Amino acid sequence: MCGIVGLFLKDPALEPELGALLTRMLVTMSDRGPDSAGLAIYGAEAPGLAKLTVQSDTPEATFAGLDTDLGAALGVPVTLRARSTHAVLNLPEGQLDTARAALATLRPAARVMGRGRTIEIYKEVGLPRDVAARFDIASMSGTHGIGHTRMATESAVTTLGAHPFNTGPDQCLVHNGSLSNHNSLRRKLRHHGILTETENDTEVGAAYLTWRMQTGATLGAALTTALRDLDGFFTFVVGTRDGFGVVRDPIACKPAVMAETDQYVAFGSEYRALVDLPGIQTARVWEPEPATVYFWTRDTPSPAQKAA
Amino acid sequence: MQTLDLAQTPLRELNAALHAQASQTNQTAWQVLNPQGAHAIACGLDAPIEVTVKGSTGYYCAGMNKHATVHIEGSAGPGVAENMMSGTVVIEGDASQYAGATGHGGLLVIKGNASSRCGISMKGIDIVVHGNVGHMSAFMAQSGTLVVCGDAGEALGDSLYEARLFVRGSVKSLGADCVAKEMRPEHLTLLANLLARAGADARPEEFTRYGSARKLYHFDIDNAY
Repeated sequence: MCGIVGLFLKDPALEPELGALLTRMLVTMSDRGPDSAGLAIYGAEAPGLAKLTVQSDTPEATFAGLDTDLGAALGVPVTLRARSTHAVLNLPEGQLDTARAALATLRPAARVMGRGRTIEIYKEVGLPRDVAARFDIASMSGTHGIGHTRMATESAVTTLGAHPFNTGPDQCLVHNGSLSNHNSLRRKLRHHGILTETENDTEVGAAYLTWRMQTGATLGAALTTALRDLDGFFTFVVGTRDGFGVVRDPIACKPAVMAETDQYVAFGSEYRALVDLPGIQTARVWEPEPATVYFWTRDTPSPAQKAA
Repeated sequence: MQTLDLAQTPLRELNAALHAQASQTNQTAWQVLNPQGAHAIACGLDAPIEVTVKGSTGYYCAGMNKHATVHIEGSAGPGVAENMMSGTVVIEGDASQYAGATGHGGLLVIKGNASSRCGISMKGIDIVVHGNVGHMSAFMAQSGTLVVCGDAGEALGDSLYEARLFVRGSVKSLGADCVAKEMRPEHLTLLANLLARAGADARPEEFTRYGSARKLYHFDIDNAY
Protein backbone atom coordinates (compact mmCIF):
# COMPACT_ATOMS: atom_id res chain seq x y z
CA MET A 1 0.00 0.00 0.00
CA CYS A 2 2.49 2.64 1.26
CA GLY A 3 1.46 5.89 2.94
CA ILE A 4 2.46 9.35 1.79
CA VAL A 5 2.11 12.74 3.41
CA GLY A 6 3.19 16.20 2.35
CA LEU A 7 2.85 19.68 3.75
CA PHE A 8 3.66 22.91 1.93
CA LEU A 9 3.36 25.98 4.13
CA LYS A 10 2.19 29.34 2.83
CA ASP A 11 2.04 30.98 6.27
CA PRO A 12 5.52 31.49 7.83
CA ALA A 13 3.89 31.42 11.29
CA LEU A 14 3.50 27.64 10.91
CA GLU A 15 7.14 27.03 9.93
CA PRO A 16 8.37 26.19 13.46
CA GLU A 17 5.69 23.46 13.59
CA LEU A 18 6.47 21.81 10.24
CA GLY A 19 8.33 18.82 11.68
CA ALA A 20 5.72 18.20 14.37
CA LEU A 21 2.79 18.44 11.97
CA LEU A 22 4.45 16.23 9.39
CA THR A 23 5.42 13.62 11.98
CA ARG A 24 1.83 13.36 13.25
CA MET A 25 0.57 13.01 9.68
CA LEU A 26 3.04 10.24 8.90
CA VAL A 27 2.52 8.32 12.15
CA THR A 28 -1.21 8.21 11.34
CA MET A 29 -0.33 6.48 8.05
CA SER A 30 1.80 3.77 9.75
CA ASP A 31 -0.55 0.89 9.02
CA ARG A 32 -0.23 1.54 5.28
CA GLY A 33 3.36 0.26 5.42
CA PRO A 34 5.54 -1.06 8.25
CA ASP A 35 8.84 -1.60 6.45
CA SER A 36 10.64 1.72 6.42
CA ALA A 37 9.92 5.40 6.79
CA GLY A 38 11.50 8.63 5.70
CA LEU A 39 11.03 12.37 5.73
CA ALA A 40 12.43 15.22 3.69
CA ILE A 41 12.44 18.63 5.35
CA TYR A 42 13.07 21.83 3.46
CA GLY A 43 14.57 24.09 6.11
CA ALA A 44 16.40 27.37 6.29
CA GLU A 45 19.07 28.07 3.69
CA ALA A 46 22.28 29.99 4.24
CA PRO A 47 23.64 32.12 1.40
CA GLY A 48 26.23 30.25 -0.66
CA LEU A 49 26.00 27.10 1.44
CA ALA A 50 24.61 23.69 0.64
CA LYS A 51 23.66 20.64 2.67
CA LEU A 52 24.71 17.05 2.19
CA THR A 53 22.74 14.53 4.28
CA VAL A 54 24.74 11.34 4.81
CA GLN A 55 23.87 8.10 6.57
CA SER A 56 26.01 5.43 8.18
CA ASP A 57 25.30 2.17 9.97
CA THR A 58 28.32 2.97 12.17
CA PRO A 59 27.69 6.69 12.77
CA GLU A 60 30.17 7.24 15.60
CA ALA A 61 33.13 5.97 13.61
CA THR A 62 31.98 7.48 10.32
CA PHE A 63 31.08 10.95 11.54
CA ALA A 64 33.99 11.48 13.98
CA GLY A 65 36.24 14.14 12.49
CA LEU A 66 34.43 14.04 9.16
CA ASP A 67 33.97 17.83 9.08
CA THR A 68 37.71 18.36 9.58
CA ASP A 69 38.73 15.64 7.11
CA LEU A 70 36.31 16.78 4.41
CA GLY A 71 37.20 20.44 4.99
CA ALA A 72 40.88 19.60 4.58
CA ALA A 73 40.25 17.59 1.41
CA LEU A 74 38.20 20.36 -0.17
CA GLY A 75 40.10 23.31 1.26
CA VAL A 76 36.88 24.93 2.48
CA PRO A 77 35.12 25.12 5.85
CA VAL A 78 32.74 22.23 6.52
CA THR A 79 30.42 21.85 9.50
CA LEU A 80 28.67 18.69 10.64
CA ARG A 81 25.49 18.15 12.65
CA ALA A 82 24.77 14.53 13.54
CA ARG A 83 21.32 13.09 14.25
CA SER A 84 21.47 9.39 15.10
CA THR A 85 22.56 7.51 11.94
CA HIS A 86 22.40 10.65 9.78
CA ALA A 87 24.55 13.75 9.61
CA VAL A 88 24.06 17.00 7.72
CA LEU A 89 27.24 18.50 6.30
CA ASN A 90 27.21 22.21 5.50
CA LEU A 91 29.65 23.33 2.84
CA PRO A 92 29.99 25.85 0.00
CA GLU A 93 27.37 25.21 -2.66
CA GLY A 94 29.85 24.84 -5.52
CA GLN A 95 31.59 21.99 -3.67
CA LEU A 96 28.65 19.54 -3.46
CA ASP A 97 29.82 17.21 -6.23
CA THR A 98 33.48 17.28 -5.18
CA ALA A 99 32.45 16.64 -1.58
CA ARG A 100 30.42 13.66 -2.66
CA ALA A 101 33.38 12.22 -4.54
CA ALA A 102 35.77 12.91 -1.64
CA LEU A 103 33.37 11.28 0.79
CA ALA A 104 33.59 7.98 -1.07
CA THR A 105 37.33 7.87 -0.31
CA LEU A 106 37.31 9.46 3.14
CA ARG A 107 34.37 7.51 4.57
CA PRO A 108 33.29 4.58 2.38
CA ALA A 109 30.65 3.69 4.99
CA ALA A 110 28.83 7.00 4.47
CA ARG A 111 25.92 6.98 2.03
CA VAL A 112 24.43 10.13 0.59
CA MET A 113 20.72 10.49 1.35
CA GLY A 114 20.16 13.98 0.01
CA ARG A 115 21.79 17.10 -1.29
CA GLY A 116 20.78 20.65 -2.00
CA ARG A 117 20.54 24.11 -0.52
CA THR A 118 17.62 23.49 1.83
CA ILE A 119 16.74 19.77 1.79
CA GLU A 120 17.56 17.33 4.59
CA ILE A 121 16.47 13.70 4.27
CA TYR A 122 16.12 11.23 7.14
CA LYS A 123 15.13 7.64 6.46
CA GLU A 124 15.56 4.25 8.05
CA VAL A 125 14.01 0.82 8.29
CA GLY A 126 11.21 0.81 10.86
CA LEU A 127 7.91 2.41 11.77
CA PRO A 128 7.30 6.15 11.26
CA ARG A 129 6.99 6.79 15.00
CA ASP A 130 10.41 5.24 15.70
CA VAL A 131 12.12 6.79 12.69
CA ALA A 132 10.74 10.28 13.42
CA ALA A 133 11.69 10.01 17.11
CA ARG A 134 15.17 8.80 16.30
CA PHE A 135 15.89 11.96 14.29
CA ASP A 136 13.70 14.24 16.44
CA ILE A 137 11.87 15.40 13.31
CA ALA A 138 9.17 16.98 15.51
CA SER A 139 11.61 19.69 16.60
CA MET A 140 12.47 20.73 13.04
CA SER A 141 11.16 23.82 11.35
CA GLY A 142 10.93 24.41 7.63
CA THR A 143 8.86 25.61 4.72
CA HIS A 144 7.69 22.28 3.35
CA GLY A 145 8.29 18.58 3.68
CA ILE A 146 7.18 15.16 2.54
CA GLY A 147 7.11 11.79 4.22
CA HIS A 148 6.65 8.14 3.35
CA THR A 149 5.95 4.90 5.14
CA ARG A 150 6.78 1.93 2.97
CA MET A 151 5.23 -1.41 2.21
CA ALA A 152 8.02 -2.86 0.13
CA THR A 153 7.08 -4.39 -3.22
CA GLU A 154 9.73 -3.93 -5.89
CA SER A 155 12.97 -4.02 -3.88
CA ALA A 156 14.50 -5.00 -0.55
CA VAL A 157 13.72 -3.48 2.82
CA THR A 158 16.86 -1.41 3.39
CA THR A 159 17.73 2.15 4.37
CA LEU A 160 18.66 2.95 0.78
CA GLY A 161 15.37 1.46 -0.43
CA ALA A 162 13.36 3.80 1.80
CA HIS A 163 11.72 6.93 0.40
CA PRO A 164 12.11 9.89 -0.18
CA PHE A 165 14.52 9.59 -3.09
CA ASN A 166 16.79 12.49 -3.90
CA THR A 167 18.28 12.33 -7.39
CA GLY A 168 19.01 16.01 -8.02
CA PRO A 169 19.75 19.08 -5.90
CA ASP A 170 16.81 19.81 -3.60
CA GLN A 171 14.59 17.38 -5.51
CA CYS A 172 12.85 14.53 -3.81
CA LEU A 173 10.04 12.16 -4.54
CA VAL A 174 7.84 9.74 -2.62
CA HIS A 175 5.71 7.12 -4.32
CA ASN A 176 2.73 4.95 -3.60
CA GLY A 177 2.41 2.23 -6.23
CA SER A 178 4.79 0.23 -8.37
CA LEU A 179 6.41 0.94 -11.71
CA SER A 180 6.51 -1.90 -14.21
CA ASN A 181 9.05 -0.50 -16.69
CA HIS A 182 11.69 0.61 -14.19
CA ASN A 183 14.39 -1.76 -15.42
CA SER A 184 14.26 -0.62 -19.03
CA LEU A 185 13.96 2.99 -17.96
CA ARG A 186 16.98 2.60 -15.64
CA ARG A 187 19.02 1.40 -18.63
CA LYS A 188 17.86 4.34 -20.75
CA LEU A 189 18.69 6.82 -18.02
CA ARG A 190 22.15 5.26 -17.67
CA HIS A 191 22.75 6.04 -21.35
CA HIS A 192 21.94 9.65 -20.54
CA GLY A 193 24.46 9.61 -17.70
CA ILE A 194 21.85 9.44 -14.94
CA LEU A 195 22.91 6.79 -12.44
CA THR A 196 20.73 5.19 -9.80
CA GLU A 197 22.03 3.54 -6.65
CA THR A 198 19.40 0.94 -5.87
CA GLU A 199 17.11 -1.63 -7.49
CA ASN A 200 14.15 0.42 -6.32
CA ASP A 201 11.49 1.37 -8.88
CA THR A 202 10.76 4.70 -7.22
CA GLU A 203 14.34 5.85 -7.51
CA VAL A 204 13.98 5.41 -11.28
CA GLY A 205 10.89 7.63 -11.23
CA ALA A 206 12.82 10.28 -9.31
CA ALA A 207 15.82 9.96 -11.62
CA TYR A 208 13.58 10.29 -14.65
CA LEU A 209 12.31 13.65 -13.39
CA THR A 210 15.87 14.79 -12.66
CA TRP A 211 16.94 13.84 -16.19
CA ARG A 212 14.02 15.72 -17.74
CA MET A 213 14.73 18.82 -15.68
CA GLN A 214 18.43 18.65 -16.50
CA THR A 215 17.47 18.78 -20.16
CA GLY A 216 15.45 21.94 -19.66
CA ALA A 217 11.97 20.81 -18.64
CA THR A 218 10.18 22.54 -15.78
CA LEU A 219 9.01 20.23 -13.02
CA GLY A 220 5.47 20.60 -14.37
CA ALA A 221 6.61 19.55 -17.85
CA ALA A 222 8.66 16.67 -16.42
CA LEU A 223 5.67 15.38 -14.48
CA THR A 224 3.53 15.65 -17.60
CA THR A 225 5.89 13.51 -19.71
CA ALA A 226 6.24 11.10 -16.76
CA LEU A 227 2.60 10.24 -17.36
CA ARG A 228 3.60 9.06 -20.83
CA ASP A 229 6.95 7.42 -20.05
CA LEU A 230 6.36 5.69 -16.72
CA ASP A 231 4.34 2.49 -16.82
CA GLY A 232 2.60 1.23 -13.71
CA PHE A 233 0.69 2.60 -10.77
CA PHE A 234 1.74 5.75 -9.02
CA THR A 235 0.73 8.55 -6.82
CA PHE A 236 3.79 10.81 -6.63
CA VAL A 237 4.44 13.69 -4.28
CA VAL A 238 7.51 15.71 -5.20
CA GLY A 239 9.41 18.48 -3.54
CA THR A 240 11.76 21.07 -5.00
CA ARG A 241 13.63 23.90 -3.29
CA ASP A 242 10.60 26.17 -3.54
CA GLY A 243 7.86 23.89 -4.85
CA PHE A 244 5.51 21.02 -4.11
CA GLY A 245 3.82 18.83 -6.73
CA VAL A 246 1.39 15.93 -6.96
CA VAL A 247 0.55 13.63 -9.85
CA ARG A 248 -1.38 10.36 -10.17
CA ASP A 249 -1.32 7.89 -13.06
CA PRO A 250 -4.31 7.78 -15.44
CA ILE A 251 -5.89 4.80 -13.65
CA ALA A 252 -5.50 6.51 -10.25
CA CYS A 253 -6.21 3.52 -8.04
CA LYS A 254 -3.67 4.62 -5.41
CA PRO A 255 -5.49 6.87 -2.96
CA ALA A 256 -4.83 10.58 -2.51
CA VAL A 257 -6.51 13.40 -0.63
CA MET A 258 -5.49 17.04 -0.66
CA ALA A 259 -6.46 20.01 1.47
CA GLU A 260 -5.74 23.67 0.94
CA THR A 261 -6.21 26.71 3.16
CA ASP A 262 -4.63 30.18 3.21
CA GLN A 263 -1.97 28.66 5.48
CA TYR A 264 -0.94 25.47 3.67
CA VAL A 265 -1.39 22.79 1.04
CA ALA A 266 -1.46 19.29 2.49
CA PHE A 267 -1.40 15.81 0.98
CA GLY A 268 -2.30 12.49 2.57
CA SER A 269 -2.90 8.97 1.29
CA GLU A 270 -5.98 9.06 3.50
CA TYR A 271 -8.05 11.87 4.95
CA ARG A 272 -7.28 10.83 8.54
CA ALA A 273 -3.66 11.94 8.00
CA LEU A 274 -4.97 15.49 7.67
CA VAL A 275 -7.42 15.69 10.58
CA ASP A 276 -5.01 17.34 13.05
CA LEU A 277 -4.03 20.18 10.72
CA PRO A 278 -5.16 23.66 11.79
CA GLY A 279 -8.34 24.82 10.08
CA ILE A 280 -8.93 21.48 8.35
CA GLN A 281 -12.67 21.75 9.09
CA THR A 282 -12.95 24.69 6.70
CA ALA A 283 -10.22 23.66 4.24
CA ARG A 284 -10.94 22.89 0.61
CA VAL A 285 -10.57 19.11 0.50
CA TRP A 286 -10.44 17.17 -2.77
CA GLU A 287 -9.02 14.14 -4.52
CA PRO A 288 -6.47 14.97 -7.21
CA GLU A 289 -7.73 13.94 -10.64
CA PRO A 290 -5.97 11.15 -12.55
CA ALA A 291 -3.29 12.18 -15.08
CA THR A 292 -3.34 15.74 -13.82
CA VAL A 293 -0.33 17.65 -12.54
CA TYR A 294 -0.79 19.84 -9.46
CA PHE A 295 2.02 22.15 -8.46
CA TRP A 296 2.60 25.00 -6.02
CA THR A 297 5.64 27.24 -5.56
CA ARG A 298 6.58 29.89 -3.03
CA ASP A 299 6.00 32.54 -5.70
CA THR A 300 2.68 31.21 -6.92
CA PRO A 301 0.82 29.99 -3.87
CA SER A 302 -2.34 29.26 -5.83
CA PRO A 303 -2.27 25.91 -7.60
CA ALA A 304 -0.85 25.55 -11.06
CA GLN A 305 -2.91 22.71 -12.46
CA LYS A 306 -2.41 21.02 -15.76
CA ALA A 307 -4.25 18.11 -17.31
CA ALA A 308 -1.91 16.00 -19.39
CA MET B 1 -30.47 9.13 21.04
CA GLN B 2 -27.40 6.99 21.80
CA THR B 3 -24.13 8.86 21.39
CA LEU B 4 -20.75 7.24 20.91
CA ASP B 5 -17.61 9.37 20.77
CA LEU B 6 -14.78 7.80 18.83
CA ALA B 7 -12.36 10.08 20.68
CA GLN B 8 -13.21 7.99 23.76
CA THR B 9 -14.76 4.73 22.52
CA PRO B 10 -12.70 2.27 20.48
CA LEU B 11 -14.07 1.61 16.99
CA ARG B 12 -14.61 -2.09 17.73
CA GLU B 13 -16.84 -1.18 20.68
CA LEU B 14 -18.85 1.18 18.51
CA ASN B 15 -19.42 -1.44 15.83
CA ALA B 16 -20.14 -4.14 18.45
CA ALA B 17 -22.82 -1.92 20.03
CA LEU B 18 -24.40 -1.30 16.65
CA HIS B 19 -24.26 -4.99 15.73
CA ALA B 20 -25.94 -5.90 19.03
CA GLN B 21 -29.18 -4.14 18.05
CA ALA B 22 -31.90 -6.68 17.32
CA SER B 23 -34.48 -6.06 14.63
CA GLN B 24 -36.98 -4.95 17.30
CA THR B 25 -34.60 -2.67 19.21
CA ASN B 26 -35.98 0.45 20.85
CA GLN B 27 -32.61 2.17 20.50
CA THR B 28 -33.16 3.29 16.96
CA ALA B 29 -31.23 6.57 16.90
CA TRP B 30 -27.44 6.65 17.19
CA GLN B 31 -24.86 9.28 16.60
CA VAL B 32 -21.10 8.91 16.20
CA LEU B 33 -18.85 11.80 17.16
CA ASN B 34 -15.25 12.47 16.08
CA PRO B 35 -14.99 9.94 13.24
CA GLN B 36 -11.71 11.63 12.14
CA GLY B 37 -11.58 9.62 8.94
CA ALA B 38 -11.49 6.25 10.74
CA HIS B 39 -12.06 3.08 8.72
CA ALA B 40 -15.05 0.69 8.78
CA ILE B 41 -17.40 2.88 10.82
CA ALA B 42 -20.91 1.39 11.06
CA CYS B 43 -20.01 -1.59 8.91
CA GLY B 44 -22.14 -4.71 8.69
CA LEU B 45 -25.28 -3.28 10.31
CA ASP B 46 -28.31 -5.58 10.32
CA ALA B 47 -31.14 -3.71 12.09
CA PRO B 48 -33.51 -0.87 11.17
CA ILE B 49 -31.59 1.76 13.11
CA GLU B 50 -30.51 5.25 12.15
CA VAL B 51 -26.86 6.18 12.58
CA THR B 52 -25.59 9.72 12.07
CA VAL B 53 -21.85 10.15 11.71
CA LYS B 54 -20.83 13.72 12.58
CA GLY B 55 -17.85 14.22 10.31
CA SER B 56 -15.80 12.58 7.57
CA THR B 57 -15.14 8.85 7.39
CA GLY B 58 -12.36 6.63 6.06
CA TYR B 59 -12.56 3.35 4.13
CA TYR B 60 -15.70 1.20 3.92
CA CYS B 61 -18.11 3.22 6.05
CA ALA B 62 -21.54 1.53 6.11
CA GLY B 63 -20.20 -1.40 4.12
CA MET B 64 -22.48 -4.46 3.82
CA ASN B 65 -25.37 -2.45 5.25
CA LYS B 66 -28.70 -4.22 5.77
CA HIS B 67 -31.84 -2.36 6.91
CA ALA B 68 -30.04 0.57 8.58
CA THR B 69 -30.00 4.23 7.59
CA VAL B 70 -26.53 5.77 7.83
CA HIS B 71 -26.13 9.50 7.46
CA ILE B 72 -22.60 10.90 7.04
CA GLU B 73 -22.38 14.60 7.84
CA GLY B 74 -19.08 14.99 6.06
CA SER B 75 -17.25 13.25 3.23
CA ALA B 76 -16.70 9.52 2.85
CA GLY B 77 -13.51 7.63 2.01
CA PRO B 78 -13.04 4.76 -0.45
CA GLY B 79 -15.63 1.99 -0.60
CA VAL B 80 -18.50 3.68 1.22
CA ALA B 81 -21.60 1.44 1.30
CA GLU B 82 -19.66 -1.29 -0.47
CA ASN B 83 -21.75 -4.42 -0.96
CA MET B 84 -24.83 -2.84 0.63
CA MET B 85 -27.83 -5.21 0.72
CA SER B 86 -30.63 -2.84 1.77
CA GLY B 87 -31.27 0.31 3.76
CA THR B 88 -30.11 3.83 2.98
CA VAL B 89 -26.77 5.64 3.12
CA VAL B 90 -26.68 9.42 2.68
CA ILE B 91 -23.42 11.40 2.38
CA GLU B 92 -23.63 15.17 2.76
CA GLY B 93 -20.17 15.74 1.27
CA ASP B 94 -18.11 13.97 -1.40
CA ALA B 95 -17.41 10.26 -1.75
CA SER B 96 -14.07 8.72 -2.69
CA GLN B 97 -13.40 5.82 -5.04
CA TYR B 98 -15.78 2.89 -5.62
CA ALA B 99 -18.76 4.20 -3.67
CA GLY B 100 -21.52 1.59 -3.60
CA ALA B 101 -19.33 -1.05 -5.25
CA THR B 102 -20.99 -4.46 -5.69
CA GLY B 103 -24.10 -3.24 -3.84
CA HIS B 104 -27.06 -5.63 -4.05
CA GLY B 105 -29.81 -3.29 -2.86
CA GLY B 106 -30.80 -0.20 -0.93
CA LEU B 107 -30.25 3.45 -1.76
CA LEU B 108 -26.96 5.38 -1.68
CA VAL B 109 -27.22 9.16 -1.93
CA ILE B 110 -24.10 11.30 -2.43
CA LYS B 111 -24.92 14.99 -2.15
CA GLY B 112 -21.48 16.13 -3.31
CA ASN B 113 -19.33 14.52 -6.00
CA ALA B 114 -18.27 10.90 -6.27
CA SER B 115 -14.78 9.90 -7.35
CA SER B 116 -13.76 7.17 -9.78
CA ARG B 117 -15.46 3.77 -10.12
CA CYS B 118 -18.69 4.82 -8.46
CA GLY B 119 -21.03 1.83 -8.58
CA ILE B 120 -18.40 -0.55 -9.94
CA SER B 121 -19.95 -4.00 -10.37
CA MET B 122 -23.23 -2.84 -8.80
CA LYS B 123 -25.74 -5.70 -8.50
CA GLY B 124 -29.05 -4.04 -7.67
CA ILE B 125 -28.23 -0.98 -5.56
CA ASP B 126 -29.65 2.43 -6.50
CA ILE B 127 -27.13 5.29 -6.39
CA VAL B 128 -28.02 8.96 -6.75
CA VAL B 129 -25.13 11.44 -7.02
CA HIS B 130 -26.11 15.11 -6.81
CA GLY B 131 -22.75 16.19 -8.30
CA ASN B 132 -20.31 14.51 -10.68
CA VAL B 133 -18.84 11.01 -10.89
CA GLY B 134 -15.24 10.15 -11.83
CA HIS B 135 -13.83 7.78 -14.41
CA MET B 136 -14.88 4.13 -14.87
CA SER B 137 -18.13 4.61 -12.99
CA ALA B 138 -20.57 1.69 -13.24
CA PHE B 139 -17.77 -0.51 -14.63
CA MET B 140 -19.21 -4.01 -15.15
CA ALA B 141 -22.43 -2.94 -13.45
CA GLN B 142 -24.95 -5.75 -13.49
CA SER B 143 -28.20 -4.43 -12.06
CA GLY B 144 -29.62 -1.38 -10.31
CA THR B 145 -29.60 2.31 -11.18
CA LEU B 146 -26.92 5.01 -11.18
CA VAL B 147 -28.24 8.57 -11.36
CA VAL B 148 -25.74 11.38 -11.93
CA CYS B 149 -27.13 14.91 -11.69
CA GLY B 150 -23.81 16.44 -12.79
CA ASP B 151 -21.22 15.15 -15.24
CA ALA B 152 -19.59 11.73 -15.70
CA GLY B 153 -15.87 11.09 -16.25
CA GLU B 154 -14.16 8.85 -18.76
CA ALA B 155 -15.35 5.35 -19.71
CA LEU B 156 -18.78 5.49 -18.13
CA GLY B 157 -20.38 2.07 -17.96
CA ASP B 158 -17.44 0.16 -19.38
CA SER B 159 -18.36 -3.51 -19.98
CA LEU B 160 -21.81 -2.85 -18.63
CA TYR B 161 -24.30 -5.69 -18.15
CA GLU B 162 -27.83 -4.61 -17.30
CA ALA B 163 -27.71 -1.64 -14.91
CA ARG B 164 -29.51 1.60 -15.87
CA LEU B 165 -27.45 4.78 -15.97
CA PHE B 166 -28.94 8.29 -16.08
CA VAL B 167 -26.71 11.35 -16.51
CA ARG B 168 -27.96 14.93 -16.59
CA GLY B 169 -24.71 16.64 -17.59
CA SER B 170 -21.91 15.71 -19.96
CA VAL B 171 -20.21 12.33 -20.28
CA LYS B 172 -16.50 12.55 -21.01
CA SER B 173 -16.54 9.20 -22.80
CA LEU B 174 -18.52 5.99 -22.82
CA GLY B 175 -16.81 2.70 -22.00
CA ALA B 176 -16.93 -0.42 -24.15
CA ASP B 177 -20.47 -1.59 -24.93
CA CYS B 178 -22.15 1.38 -23.19
CA VAL B 179 -24.54 3.37 -25.39
CA ALA B 180 -27.13 6.14 -25.03
CA LYS B 181 -30.67 4.81 -25.07
CA GLU B 182 -34.17 6.11 -25.52
CA MET B 183 -35.90 7.47 -22.42
CA ARG B 184 -39.28 5.73 -22.19
CA PRO B 185 -42.14 6.63 -19.80
CA GLU B 186 -41.19 3.86 -17.35
CA HIS B 187 -37.69 5.35 -17.10
CA LEU B 188 -39.07 8.82 -16.38
CA THR B 189 -41.22 7.34 -13.62
CA LEU B 190 -38.34 5.38 -12.13
CA LEU B 191 -36.08 8.44 -12.24
CA ALA B 192 -38.69 10.79 -10.73
CA ASN B 193 -39.10 8.39 -7.82
CA LEU B 194 -35.36 8.08 -7.19
CA LEU B 195 -34.74 11.84 -7.46
CA ALA B 196 -37.53 12.49 -4.97
CA ARG B 197 -36.21 9.88 -2.51
CA ALA B 198 -32.71 11.33 -2.83
CA GLY B 199 -33.88 14.92 -2.37
CA ALA B 200 -32.30 15.92 -5.69
CA ASP B 201 -33.53 19.07 -7.36
CA ALA B 202 -33.62 17.85 -10.95
CA ARG B 203 -36.27 16.93 -13.52
CA PRO B 204 -36.22 13.47 -15.15
CA GLU B 205 -36.59 14.98 -18.63
CA GLU B 206 -33.14 16.58 -18.28
CA PHE B 207 -31.35 13.22 -18.16
CA THR B 208 -29.99 10.90 -20.82
CA ARG B 209 -30.25 7.17 -20.29
CA TYR B 210 -27.29 4.88 -20.97
CA GLY B 211 -27.19 1.13 -21.01
CA SER B 212 -25.55 -1.95 -22.42
CA ALA B 213 -25.43 -2.54 -26.17
CA ARG B 214 -25.18 -6.25 -25.21
CA LYS B 215 -22.46 -6.88 -27.76
CA LEU B 216 -20.03 -8.31 -25.19
CA TYR B 217 -22.50 -10.94 -23.99
CA HIS B 218 -21.48 -13.64 -26.40
CA PHE B 219 -18.18 -14.82 -27.72
CA ASP B 220 -17.20 -12.82 -30.77
CA ILE B 221 -13.76 -13.09 -32.29
CA ASP B 222 -13.80 -9.31 -32.86
CA ASN B 223 -13.90 -8.82 -29.11
CA ALA B 224 -10.69 -10.80 -28.63
CA TYR B 225 -7.25 -9.31 -28.81
